[in-house]
Amino acid sequence: MKSPDIFVIGANHHRAPIEVREKLALAAKHEDALLAELRAIEGLRELAVVNTCNRIEFYGVGDSEHIAHQVTEAFCKQQAFEVSEFETFRLSLKGKDAVQHLAEVAAGLDSQMLGETEIFGQIKEAYANAQSRKSTGPILNRIFQKIFQAAKHVRSNTKITVGQVSIANVAVELALNIFGQLKDTRILLLGAGDIGEKTAKAFQSRGALALTVSNRGFEKALHIATELGASALPFDQKDARLSEFDVVVCSTSAPDVILTKESVQLAMKKRPTRPLFLIDLALPRDVDSEVSTLQNVFVYNLDDLAKIADENRASREAEIKTCKNLLGEKVENLWNHIEPQLKKPEEKAPSE
Amino acid sequence: MLAALTDREWMWAAGGLYLLGLILGTTSLIKGGKPSGLLIYIVILVGYALQLMGLGLRGKVVGGCPLGNSFEIFQFTAWSAISLYLIIGVTFRSSLLGYFTSCLAAALTLSSLLIPEFDATRRAHIFGNNPWIEFHAAIALFSYGVFALLALTSALYLLRLYSLKSKKIGGWFSFLPSAIDLDQIGLRLLISGVLILALSLIVGSVYWSHDFQSVSRFKLIVTCSVWLAYLVALLLRLRGILIAKRFGWTGILLFAAALISLWPVDSSRHTAPQTTPTHQAHP
Repeated sequence: MKSPDIFVIGANHHRAPIEVREKLALAAKHEDALLAELRAIEGLRELAVVNTCNRIEFYGVGDSEHIAHQVTEAFCKQQAFEVSEFETFRLSLKGKDAVQHLAEVAAGLDSQMLGETEIFGQIKEAYANAQSRKSTGPILNRIFQKIFQAAKHVRSNTKITVGQVSIANVAVELALNIFGQLKDTRILLLGAGDIGEKTAKAFQSRGALALTVSNRGFEKALHIATELGASALPFDQKDARLSEFDVVVCSTSAPDVILTKESVQLAMKKRPTRPLFLIDLALPRDVDSEVSTLQNVFVYNLDDLAKIADENRASREAEIKTCKNLLGEKVENLWNHIEPQLKKPEEKAPSE
Repeated sequence: MLAALTDREWMWAAGGLYLLGLILGTTSLIKGGKPSGLLIYIVILVGYALQLMGLGLRGKVVGGCPLGNSFEIFQFTAWSAISLYLIIGVTFRSSLLGYFTSCLAAALTLSSLLIPEFDATRRAHIFGNNPWIEFHAAIALFSYGVFALLALTSALYLLRLYSLKSKKIGGWFSFLPSAIDLDQIGLRLLISGVLILALSLIVGSVYWSHDFQSVSRFKLIVTCSVWLAYLVALLLRLRGILIAKRFGWTGILLFAAALISLWPVDSSRHTAPQTTPTHQAHP
């Protein structure tokens, strides 16, 4: 008889486009039913499911190669998805490669946004769920616990998480460099551009004190403000009340500048010691280029933010090889302990 | 064995540790990493304790606060700046502030140790056995320590403003505290320095009013000018006139001027210099 092996099957953002991932997303209400079905598969010793918006991956320990296929069939049946179609997007690895893959996922190396740390929490949650369902055993327990240590080691010993890589987060990071913390900062969103709204949301999620929305069409401003839990400001009052805000996110479609040097200078007279951060995401630009010459005023346009994001991304990419090598060493050590365990007779996982 | 060390040897050890802090920080920055705030803090703390031993021994030998020559003034100023850093550093949690403090402390302590003329002679009985004058001198020097730290935070503030204006926020610029934090800490240090120096001048003036001839007019003008310059800077900052880059440069330039003024102030004392009794210093 062949000895059991570790496997991972699933689909993720690398091969499955968003339309496919939408169909494959496992709803929480269906998860229990699917897992009950999977646990009934004879020879499937252990199982953990990582289910995020970018990936659905089943990590298991099975007695034969056929087990992974049975998991695939059960999953596709649950999602009403053709197995043959699934196989075109499928990720399928076994043995040490599956462990290395989990390590890279946990360290953020396999993420769409390279080096992001949210995935680490998601994998911890997936493991905790599997533990609470008692579907893990000695092999997966050891693998997950060691992988968490390895991912933490990589994060703290490389620059894989250094610097933000999205425009919105770069803007927030810059605001932190100016204000230290956002709990006292007031944000003004000028215009109804999508990227401006995303940036404003990023500020909200990082604890900004208040958000105000202003747009040429006041109705639209009111609508966005209601959606974001913010207040609305008539567009013609923006200059008079500019001094009340610390961060101004501009994303209008106005053909000319809407914040002139004079209007900003006037606002700064009312708040000379408190900096003003202007984020100009509009094209053509909303902020007069002369504004950046004013003391305590910091102006960043779309190109500036994109350049910083690109630099951070490049710096993270330069770290991939180091991270993979570090993880490879950890996985090699782990595998040397796991492989003999796999050859031992089955220790039944306690039943629910 | 430690008991046999002279005051200067203790100070050499302290200077060595400050230099170690500087080397550790520089190495981390060259490698592109963040200097370990805790490690630098501990190195400075140990250096501070050793310097305190040295200053204590010198004080014991000279029978008062050791402020009798340029060497002692430099040592005391460095020690004062570090006293404040050890308090501020905990709340400020900036490893770069620790690194810059190491630079300043190493520069002040080691340069004063390396220039033998600074400690060849010292003016004895400069306080005329008057504890109030000793107190006046000690807190005046302590305020210089505050201004030294202000100069350091000003340098960090200028770097932060440069990074934000030039849109270079990566590399070791990312280890700098925020612009607002640096501005606020600078303001608080400026207020503290002005108040401490004012207290020193008030204490000193009680003595001058009784014996005006004993005080060098030059020293009086220079000291009052330093205080006045910092006071004007404070008022302009509070009125929102001296802000951002100008505020940063003011903190640095005023300290440079204050430091340069220490030498003529020290030389203008009326007491005659005597050979420094360094080597007899034992606990």
